[in-house]
Amino acid sequence: MTHKEFMAFIWPSLLAMALFIAIPIISVAYQSMFVEHEQIMIETETCGPFGCTPEVAVDQDAMRKIREEAPAGRFNGLETYTNSSHLATDEITEIVATSENFGEIRDRIMNLPFYKALIFTLSYTFIVTPLVIVFGFIIAVVVNSIPSFLKGPVIFFSLLPMIVTPLVGSLVLFWMIDSRGVVGAFLQYLFADPSLSLKASPTLTWVTLFVYGVWHSAPFAFVVFYAGLQTVPSDTLESSMVDGANRWEQIRFVVMPYLLPLATFVALMQLMDNFRIFEPIIGFSASASATSLSYLIYTDLREAETPLFGSAAATSMLTIVGVIILLLPVLFRNAREFNRKA
Amino acid sequence: MKFKLTTALVACGLAMSTTAALADCGIESGSVRILSNDFEALHVIADAAKTCASDSVEVTSNATTEHKNIQVPALTTNPASYTVPIVATNSIVPLLNEDLIRPLDAYVEKWGQQLLPQQLIKVDGKVMAIAFMANAQHLFYRKDILDEHGIAVPGTYAELIEASKMLKDKGVMEYPLAANFKPGWNLAAEFVNTYLGTGGDFFKAGSAELDIDNANGIKTLETLKAMTDYMSPDYVTYDTNGVKPIWEANELAFATSWGSRASAYIGDDSPAPEIAKATALAAMPALTDGGVPSAALWWDGFTIAKNISDEDAEASFRAMMKGISPQVIAENQELAVWLVDGYEPTPAADGVVANLQGKARPYPMVPYMGLLHTALGDNVIEYLQGSESAEQALDDITAAYNTAAKEAGFLN
Repeated sequence: MTHKEFMAFIWPSLLAMALFIAIPIISVAYQSMFVEHEQIMIETETCGPFGCTPEVAVDQDAMRKIREEAPAGRFNGLETYTNSSHLATDEITEIVATSENFGEIRDRIMNLPFYKALIFTLSYTFIVTPLVIVFGFIIAVVVNSIPSFLKGPVIFFSLLPMIVTPLVGSLVLFWMIDSRGVVGAFLQYLFADPSLSLKASPTLTWVTLFVYGVWHSAPFAFVVFYAGLQTVPSDTLESSMVDGANRWEQIRFVVMPYLLPLATFVALMQLMDNFRIFEPIIGFSASASATSLSYLIYTDLREAETPLFGSAAATSMLTIVGVIILLLPVLFRNAREFNRKA
Repeated sequence: MKFKLTTALVACGLAMSTTAALADCGIESGSVRILSNDFEALHVIADAAKTCASDSVEVTSNATTEHKNIQVPALTTNPASYTVPIVATNSIVPLLNEDLIRPLDAYVEKWGQQLLPQQLIKVDGKVMAIAFMANAQHLFYRKDILDEHGIAVPGTYAELIEASKMLKDKGVMEYPLAANFKPGWNLAAEFVNTYLGTGGDFFKAGSAELDIDNANGIKTLETLKAMTDYMSPDYVTYDTNGVKPIWEANELAFATSWGSRASAYIGDDSPAPEIAKATALAAMPALTDGGVPSAALWWDGFTIAKNISDEDAEASFRAMMKGISPQVIAENQELAVWLVDGYEPTPAADGVVANLQGKARPYPMVPYMGLLHTALGDNVIEYLQGSESAEQALDDITAAYNTAAKEAGFLN
């Protein structure tokens, strides 16, 4: 293919990527470097049904002029990134300087909102992703070996967790794990502990979210691996049988190496998806014990009456950086293999 | 059921009297577009305002729980997408900050004869909103259980804790108490309630500098924590809607919740009629004997957008006067604690009225209160769960608030 042909094929998608991916990211990056103008306040009296109180209010006339002159706000450079709600560089310096041992440093850093969210996000990503791949693979191998008349219904039911909207799925499970719900009551009976509550303990909340994550995403890995299994070359399998390989050895030495590129693909998708974990935290009302980077963006934009766009933008950029760092090893590995083949 | 039937009858009556209502409103022309939260009392008002519609007057309404998030963008356009944003104590603040609503003094003078002085929300001497209902959190209690065990209605937190302890020790209930302690907006609202009960202010006078890192702040946190000892560990997931089914399951003797939910708790159409009958309402407990109820008072009211024609603004004001007219309120007494002339409190209003009589304090209407509310919502729970000290929690709140207030331009 000549370069001209290549460009003719690629330009529509390049254009779409620029419009819908590059420009929004640039705009978010730009936004993250600005904060609101300093508000000019006036002393006023506010009266209502419950009496009058002296309050302050924003001076509208003065603010209107300032906003017209600089609609983006006040340039703040990278300070939003380093403030105590994000990377908290000053706080960390102080913590390191004033703490007595490593444990104290760790505990105090984990109390900073960004790092608290980051540690859950990373734990979720690195625990759920491998489990999804393992379970997806096991389900695919099992489904592949059942009689063909059963395959249709089994595949359908295996896919259900992925079909259910994440928020709805987590809400359904949320009520099931309630101490009055079917799962919660059974666990209390099983462990003979009437005070066992999956919603209250931070550790159990984490476990619940991990289990939910695997439950929700395993079908995706299953579909990919199942499709891959249909293309495993039968002559290689048969020759391994001739060589005396048992069922496990066939899987270990023929199927797994063959499906490895697919595993890379699933890992890539899952790392990206899991790093953006958000809906289950809302669905399980888990914010007491678990927050994620996406959840921080959500609270910046939704909880306050005045959204903190700069803060949300900075967290978004940090999330993008996080995804890039996570994907780098996988991408490097892929590029190396590609070069070797070429 | 009776309640729903009444509403339906009223709606029918309103629909049939449309032609007659035309003369009542007397609006020649204009467009009225209402944006409001989504609950029954507001539907009634919007439906009444809609009776002003005619060939030359258009009245539409959008009742959505997302109102708070769409109001600023919707009013920034010119002309604004809505002419009448219905707001509460907190949600008027962004509209004031962004200069999106107009003063109403002229309209009040010309068309507002029905209004009581208490309905006028004045900022800097100008009427910026017309309040029509009050709301607050208050105590719900089970009269039958209290009578059976000889417990007086708790007036202070100490009494509430003592009564809860007694019920727990006697084995009547494992967790007799519940409140909206879900981290985020709900838990922050509880902190605000209790802190107002200490008599302290959130900010240093006339500035955005936070002033809760003191004995009042510690007292507030300790009070909240003392309550959690008698609440199910699941309290970290309790919000307004989460507590009601547990109440109806006969598992609670005390709960604090919103006055606007009271009619659903005690109404004849409750799914647990026996419990609804035994449910009574009282003021929020005070922190000390003879103290004020530790509840923030809220109002709901309407405002008129700035970026609309004067004709639409006038039509909107007059349609809303119809919406909150004494006749409409008289037909819907039980739906809210109305601030409108001629309102007679119903049993569902007992709690809010008791708060008002006890001189509870209003939710602060300052521009940076929302930032504090968010900071509180994120940073109180770790103390309640025992993973950090009260001092650390107050430090975390202060740090989160200061960062947000700097970004919003209120602090340097």
